[in-house]
Amino acid sequence: MCGIAGFFGWPMLPMQAQNAARNMIDAISHRGPDGQGVLVDGVATLGHARLSIIDLAAGTQPMTDEAGDLAITFNGEIFNYLELRSDLRARGVQFRTESDTEVILRLYQLKGTACVEDLNGDFAFAIWDRRRSTLMLARDRMGVRPLYYAHVGGRLCFASEIKALLRLPGLEANLDPIALDQIFTLWLTLPPRTIFENVCELPPGHVLIATPGGERIERYWSLHFPRSGDEAPDADEDATAEELRALLTDAVRIRLRADVPVGAYLSGGLDSSVITSLAKGMAGSRLTTFSVTFESAEFDESVYQRQVVEALDTQHRSVACSAAEIGGIFPDVIRHAERPLLRTAPAPLLKLSGLVQRNEFKVVLTGEGADEVLAGYDIFKEAKVRAFCARQPSSRLRPLLFRRLYPYLPGLQAQNPVYLKAFFGSGQDLSDDPLFSHLPRFRTTSRAKAFFSGDLRSSIAGYDALAELRESLPSEFTYWDPLHQAQYLETAYLLPGYILSVQGDRMAMAHAVEGRFPFLDQRIVEYAARIPPRLKLRSLREKHILRKSMEGRLPPAVNRRTKQPYRSPDSQSFFAPTGPAYARELLSRSAIEGSRYFDPHAVEKLTRKCSVQGAVGFADNQALVGVLSTQLWDQAFVQAPAQSRSEPANVSAV
Amino acid sequence: MQDIESNIRNFIQESFLYREDHGPLAEGESLLESGLIDSTGVLELVAFLDQNFGIQVTDAEMVPENLDSVRGLVAYVRRKLGATEQAA
Repeated sequence: MCGIAGFFGWPMLPMQAQNAARNMIDAISHRGPDGQGVLVDGVATLGHARLSIIDLAAGTQPMTDEAGDLAITFNGEIFNYLELRSDLRARGVQFRTESDTEVILRLYQLKGTACVEDLNGDFAFAIWDRRRSTLMLARDRMGVRPLYYAHVGGRLCFASEIKALLRLPGLEANLDPIALDQIFTLWLTLPPRTIFENVCELPPGHVLIATPGGERIERYWSLHFPRSGDEAPDADEDATAEELRALLTDAVRIRLRADVPVGAYLSGGLDSSVITSLAKGMAGSRLTTFSVTFESAEFDESVYQRQVVEALDTQHRSVACSAAEIGGIFPDVIRHAERPLLRTAPAPLLKLSGLVQRNEFKVVLTGEGADEVLAGYDIFKEAKVRAFCARQPSSRLRPLLFRRLYPYLPGLQAQNPVYLKAFFGSGQDLSDDPLFSHLPRFRTTSRAKAFFSGDLRSSIAGYDALAELRESLPSEFTYWDPLHQAQYLETAYLLPGYILSVQGDRMAMAHAVEGRFPFLDQRIVEYAARIPPRLKLRSLREKHILRKSMEGRLPPAVNRRTKQPYRSPDSQSFFAPTGPAYARELLSRSAIEGSRYFDPHAVEKLTRKCSVQGAVGFADNQALVGVLSTQLWDQAFVQAPAQSRSEPANVSAV
Repeated sequence: MQDIESNIRNFIQESFLYREDHGPLAEGESLLESGLIDSTGVLELVAFLDQNFGIQVTDAEMVPENLDSVRGLVAYVRRKLGATEQAA
């Protein structure tokens, strides 16, 4: 796991190219502290910051073939590399190293850009093919590993993180107002758009092929579901559960491949417990697990963590995270996330990866992905209840089900059915809207847009993020079961656009930690998509088939436990008595007027309310975190000291 | 009586109506439909009625007819205060 960077196009003097690439790699050296390499070959330059995990001695990068015709810089892991390697060897291919990097290179030699189809893994890489004068960029199916690009000075430039691109003279950091509107509606930007003007994200499951004649972007994989009603109606529950467990076991097995020890994140919930329990059986020694705890009982899950640790006998390490610490590290969170956020939830994960690093681990398994792939999120149940209410609008009993959905939200328990119905929009949302499942969430999030300044509003006048999202959906979407439609929105958008990037890669790699996600093995993703909805969400029991498949293998209390969403303290992290000084400064009238993104008067009122009242609701919390994080983003990137973005000092010596 | 209304308007103005360009709230304007209030907002409103008017809102009274507009709130507060006075 590593960081990559480079460029292709208008030639540069070799020394100048070397320096420019080194400068880019320096910006992301946290991703790969074990070594750096740059390869300059005429019109193409590849750079690499290495975190050694497989073939520690020989796996250095950029790697070339014998003739020097092909070069690769690669971030990630190919989990099926041993199988691919022996297939290739059987076909007479010679290997020089034991690394997965070389497997990609050899596959490319044989199959060209179609090589991605054989890779089961989390990857972002660039291959320079000198003879064809082609640069190929590729990104994994689910969007685990990041890859950004921009056109600067007649070159296609790429990097694992945007901060590396910003080292290039000629690329200015500016906020894209449409992107801010998307984040303040959907929690994410719709690729290729990013919050940085003129910087693009290569979408998951895509390759970009660049030649001197031009560029094209191609999709090589997409998630799809069977038509509603065609989902193996007679699927046998026991057989499905067994098949799922077999796939999961293998997904964990190949994710334990590493020449360094592999640990696991343990939240105390079902998903990480499943992964820990499967890994425990296969890991040679006692498995080390890591978790984060909170002082507030509202967020803390340490009781459940202890249960799992005891039952599975792991060597456990935990780190406590307070609201004050979240406030303290939030500027770092934004520097790594490189975008505004609507919640602080990534912050504790930054602390957690720090704990992993202090314990000298580089790789952790996590349970991420199960909620998307096997239907664990509350939003799936919520959509089901909303549709149920909409079928009999006059019922006063049906809306009471909303209380059952959110036992951990005291604010909802007190509500009258008429209000419950109103909050969840069962009166107004049309159930044939493709975004039906997510409309209440998008509505709550959009309330943060009330804080946009007049300038910002006029620059996005007429833009509708929901309309763009609807248009981006695949044509077959309308034929899918409502649960599958909701799962698609989570898996194809929220997962790469928020969970895997902001909460995943960026918070882990800040401390050179690689997350591995067995639930996101493509075999499981594709198999789970074919499992009938009733086996995934049975009545209001989420992830039914996963529980079934693990029956008798997990402590019953864990296997039966209802999902508790991962949350962390929001606005209370930023105010007195322990709040950080920067919050007041960045939210002050002069700072808000300076950046021009928000309405100073409105922000003043919100700040006053949050600081006086303490606990406020979802919408206010999201707005406050949204405004503050945008201000932090502006400070870190737009107002960043010029020297960090200038050319390296020694270029003039060339 | 004017006090009750301006008191309520002030609270809504400060707690939910962040933008100046919204203009004054119409008497019958729905707080829900204008996107000014969510589930926490309703609870904030209930806490405000308790603190400012000493009104205990019962579960059955937590309905939009009573709480969702300035007009509804004023009428509800008057009714509750009147009932308290009579009882006293």
